[in-house]
Amino acid sequence: MNNNDRPLSPHLSIYRWPITMVSSILHRATGVAMAVGYVVLVGWLFDAASGPEVYDKFLSVMDSTIGCVLLVGWSFAFFYHLSNGIRHLVWDTGRGLEKEQATASAWFVIAASIVLTAAFWWAAS
Amino acid sequence: MSLRSPLGRVLGLGTAKDGTGHWWGQRVSGIALAILGLWFAWSIATMSGFSHVEAVTFIGKPINALLLLLLSVTMAYHSYLGIQVVVEDYVHSHGLKTASLILSRFAHILLAVAAIFAILRLGIGS
Repeated sequence: MNNNDRPLSPHLSIYRWPITMVSSILHRATGVAMAVGYVVLVGWLFDAASGPEVYDKFLSVMDSTIGCVLLVGWSFAFFYHLSNGIRHLVWDTGRGLEKEQATASAWFVIAASIVLTAAFWWAAS
Repeated sequence: MSLRSPLGRVLGLGTAKDGTGHWWGQRVSGIALAILGLWFAWSIATMSGFSHVEAVTFIGKPINALLLLLLSVTMAYHSYLGIQVVVEDYVHSHGLKTASLILSRFAHILLAVAAIFAILRLGIGS
């Protein structure tokens, strides 16, 4: 049997990711990232209750370059997961499931989460 | 005519054997976290600073302590449900999957209890 004429798609190395696929993967990735971030949130509360010496150590870790990168990442993860979570709730009612609608809402969610993250750090500064 | 047994119908759990409890838990805790999370984001964005005194004052204020307790517990629950789905999707060995789920449950309970302890200590006064 000659299979040479059969289509090769999706060929992973040249496969263009649909934005809906990116938004789905991002939802899961940001969720897992926030599960890790939860450890740091609890660490903040627990270290605050443990006294100034312990708390200051926590603060100096979060104040480092890596700490700041992580905090920006977690804030984006929160706003993305929140926006896309609302998108999921809309889907649960049976609305917005057409291909064009899902593509448009994926772009909207990504834009909204970037704007919200920027607004958060603008309000914080 | 339904082919389902009377017992199966009355239990209403479907083929997955645990019904829609997980789905509802994830949605409802998600809605709660949207509100609690936005409150928390707003609070820390507008905090005057993060010194020990400022942090302790913020956490210890009754309304903040109450909302932080709700946030910590709801987040542990929502996070457990999410991690459970990830583990069930990617860990195929039965033993490793069960062990991961037990470990995840222990870790989430530990974190929630640590948060409750810390908030109560600062809220009630140390």
